[in-house]
Amino acid sequence: MLKLIRQSIVMLVLMTLVTGAVYPLVVTGIAQLAFAHTANGSVMEKDGKPLGSELIGQSFTDPKYFWPRPSATSPFLDNPSSSGASNLGPTNPALIDAIRQRIEALHAADPGNTAPVPVDLVTASASGVDPDISPAAARYQIARVARVRGMSVDDVTRLVDRATAGRQFGILGEPRVNVLKLNLMLDRKW
Amino acid sequence: MTANDIIQLGLYLVVLLLLVKPLGSYMAAVFSDGRNRVARIGAPIERVLYRICGIAPDEEMSWTRYAWAMLIFNILGLLAVYALMRLQAWLPLNPQKMDNVPPDLAMNTAISFTTNTNWQAYSGESTLSYLTQMLGLGVQNFLSAATGIAVLIAVIRGFARRSSETIGNFWVDLTRSTLYILLPLSFVLALALVWQGVPQNFSAYKSVPLVEQTTTTGTVKDANSNTVKDAAGKDVTKTAPVTEQLLPLGPAASQIAIKQLGTNGGGYYGANSAYPYENPTPLSDFLEAISILLISAALCYTFGKMVGDKRQGWALLAAMLLIFVPLLLLCTWAEQAGNPALSRLGIDQSASVLQAGGNMEGKEARFGIVDSARWAAATTAASNGSVDAMHDSFTPLGGLVPMWLMQLGEVIFGGVGSGLYGMLAFAVVAVFIAGLMVGRTPEYLGKKIEAYEMKMASLVVLIPCALVVIGTAIVVSAPQGLALLTTNGGVHGFSEVLYNLSSVSNNNGSAFGGMNADTPFFNTLAGICMFFARFPLAVGMLAIAGSLAAKKHVPPSAGTLPTHTPLFVVLLAITVVIVGALTFLPALALGPIAEHLAMLGR
Repeated sequence: MLKLIRQSIVMLVLMTLVTGAVYPLVVTGIAQLAFAHTANGSVMEKDGKPLGSELIGQSFTDPKYFWPRPSATSPFLDNPSSSGASNLGPTNPALIDAIRQRIEALHAADPGNTAPVPVDLVTASASGVDPDISPAAARYQIARVARVRGMSVDDVTRLVDRATAGRQFGILGEPRVNVLKLNLMLDRKW
Repeated sequence: MTANDIIQLGLYLVVLLLLVKPLGSYMAAVFSDGRNRVARIGAPIERVLYRICGIAPDEEMSWTRYAWAMLIFNILGLLAVYALMRLQAWLPLNPQKMDNVPPDLAMNTAISFTTNTNWQAYSGESTLSYLTQMLGLGVQNFLSAATGIAVLIAVIRGFARRSSETIGNFWVDLTRSTLYILLPLSFVLALALVWQGVPQNFSAYKSVPLVEQTTTTGTVKDANSNTVKDAAGKDVTKTAPVTEQLLPLGPAASQIAIKQLGTNGGGYYGANSAYPYENPTPLSDFLEAISILLISAALCYTFGKMVGDKRQGWALLAAMLLIFVPLLLLCTWAEQAGNPALSRLGIDQSASVLQAGGNMEGKEARFGIVDSARWAAATTAASNGSVDAMHDSFTPLGGLVPMWLMQLGEVIFGGVGSGLYGMLAFAVVAVFIAGLMVGRTPEYLGKKIEAYEMKMASLVVLIPCALVVIGTAIVVSAPQGLALLTTNGGVHGFSEVLYNLSSVSNNNGSAFGGMNADTPFFNTLAGICMFFARFPLAVGMLAIAGSLAAKKHVPPSAGTLPTHTPLFVVLLAITVVIVGALTFLPALALGPIAEHLAMLGR
C-alpha cells in the first residue's frame, strides 16, 4: 500500500507537469506564432486602438444602432466577465413578461413596423454576449436605423450584407450578422 | 424539422462513424500486450516515467491491486485540486487576483473534476486563477479521462483472458491513455480551436471601449453584505455608467480541447461552450461536438478488436445508436417547434433562409436550433456535460431528452471508458435476462455469467438510479433545497432538481442552470452523489473483470445466445430503456411531461 501511495504521488507530479504545464505551454507557443489575432481574443483595432472583440457582443439601445440579442448578464448587459443566460423555463411568466417588454421597446423605437418580430431579437442568448443576430433580425431593424440616421435603406442594407456571414462551408451552423461590426461600420469607425 | 436540420445531423453521424474504426483500432494497438509501433515510438518516454515513479511496467496486477492503485491515485488528485483552490490567492499565475475558493465549493469542484463530472457551481472567469485552471482542472481533465479508459481496458482484459489471475497494470494503462490517446488528440483539436477564435495566452484580461455607453444596475449592499431596502421594502438599486468591457482571456483552447475529448465538459468560462470564446464558429461547434462522442464511440471498436470478435463491438455501438438517434431527432423537433406562448405575442418562430426560428431563448444565433439540439443530445449521451445552449430554457420535451439520456446511466456512449464499462454491465444483465427466458446458464463472450457477476452488474446499474431518486427526494423535501429554486418554480422547478441530481449522480455535469447550486447544502449533496456515482462503479466493474479473467473459456454451443446479432442489439437497448423508464417515468411525469401539457394547454 505504501508503495502504491509513493508511486501515485510521483506519477501525479509527473503527469501534472506533462498535461498541466508542457501541454498548455506548447499549445500557447504555436498558437501565438501561427494564430496571433485569434489567440489573443480576436480584438479589432484601428490605428492601434482596440475597438472591441469580433466575438464578444456589446449592448446597444440607441435606435440609431442595430440592437443585439437580449442579454441576461449582470451588473450590466453583455458583460463578458460574468457570462450567463436567463435560465427561465419555457412556461415561466417572467419569460413572457421580459419578452413582451422587449417587443414594446422595439415598437416604441419604430412605431410603423408591424411585421412579426424575429424570435432571436427578443429572446436572451445563452452566453449573454452573443455577437450575432439572424439576418431576419437585422432586416427587421433596417428601416429604423436608416430613418434615424437619415441614410437610404439601400445603403444600410449594403452594410448589413457586408456584416453577414452565411453557413460555414454552406452547411454548418446558421447565417448571422455581426452586430458590433455592423454598428462600427455605420459609425465609419471600422 | 427542416432540410438543413437533417443535413447537419446526418453529416455529424456520418463523420463520427467514419472515425470509429481508425481511432478504435489505433487504441487497440496502444493497449495490446504484444509489440506494436505506437509503444515503440513512445517507449523511451514511458521508460523514464516508470523509472522515476519506481514502477515495473511488466508487473501484472490482480483486480484488487488495480482498484487500489486507481483509488489512491484519484484521491490524491482530488486533494491536490482542493489544495490549489484553497491556496490560489497566494500562488503565482493569478493576474486577476482571484480569492481563495471557500471550502464547500472547493471540495465540490475537486470531486467534480476527479470524477470526470465537471459539475460547476462557480463561474470560471470570475473565480479561478490561471494556475488553478491549468494545474488543477486541466490536469484532472486528462487524468479522470485516462482513469476511465484504464478501467475499461482492464475490464476488456477480463473478458479476453482465460484462467488469469491478473488484469494488467494500472500505471501502464493510465500512462498510455494519456500520452498516446488524449494528448495527441487534444493538441490537434486545441490548435484547430485557436484557428477558429478560441484564446490561448497568458495575458491579463483585456479592457476594450464600448461603442455605446451602458449602465450597471445593481442592488446596494451595506457593510454586512445585506441588501439595502427602501421604506416600501423594495431593494434599493443604484446605476453607474459603464464605458468599457473586460475580455476574459487565458489558456482556454488547450483546456477546452481536453474537456471535450475526455468527456469532462467543465467550461473555462461560465457560459461553457455557448461562450463565443469557447466555441466561436459553427466549425468549432462541429469539431467539439464530434470530440464529445469520438473516443467513447471508437472504444466500442477497440473492445471488439481486443476480445477477438469485432462484431461484438459493432453490436454495442449499434445498441447505443438505436437509442441515441431517435432521442436526437425528438430533441431537434421539439426545439424547432418552438414555444406556443411566444407565437401568441406576434413573434415569428418559423424557420426560413433568414433565421433558424424555433425556441431561441438561451441559444446562440450562430448555432440556431439544430446545432444546439445536437449538442444537448451528444453531451448528455456521453457524460460530457458541456453545453452550447442553456438546457433550462429548452421546451419541456427538448429538455426531457438530455435529462433522460443521463438517467439511462450514461451508457449511450457515456464517459470515455466509463460509458462502455457501464454498457458492459447492461450487457451482462441482458444475457442474464435472456438466460432466464430460455432456462440456460448465461454466457457472454465465452465466459459464464454467475451470481457474483450479476450482483456486481446490478450494483453498477442501480447505484446511480438510487442516487438520483434519493437526492431529488432530499432536495424537494428540505427547506434548504426548495430555497435553491430562485429562477423557476412549479413543475419546472421540480424538473430543475431532477435534472441536476441526474447530472451529478451520473457524472455528467450539465445543469438546468436556473437553480442556485452554490450553497453549502447543495455543494455537499452533489459532492457525495458524484463521488459514489464514480468510484464504487469502477471498483464493481474491476471485480467483474477479476472474476471473469480467472474463468475458463466456454466454447459456444447450440444453446448459446449469440451477442453480435440484431436480436441481441435490440435486447440490450430494451434492457437499458426499461431500467431507465421504470425508474424515472413517474418523476418525469411530474416534471417535463406535466410542463409540456401545461404549455400546450394554456
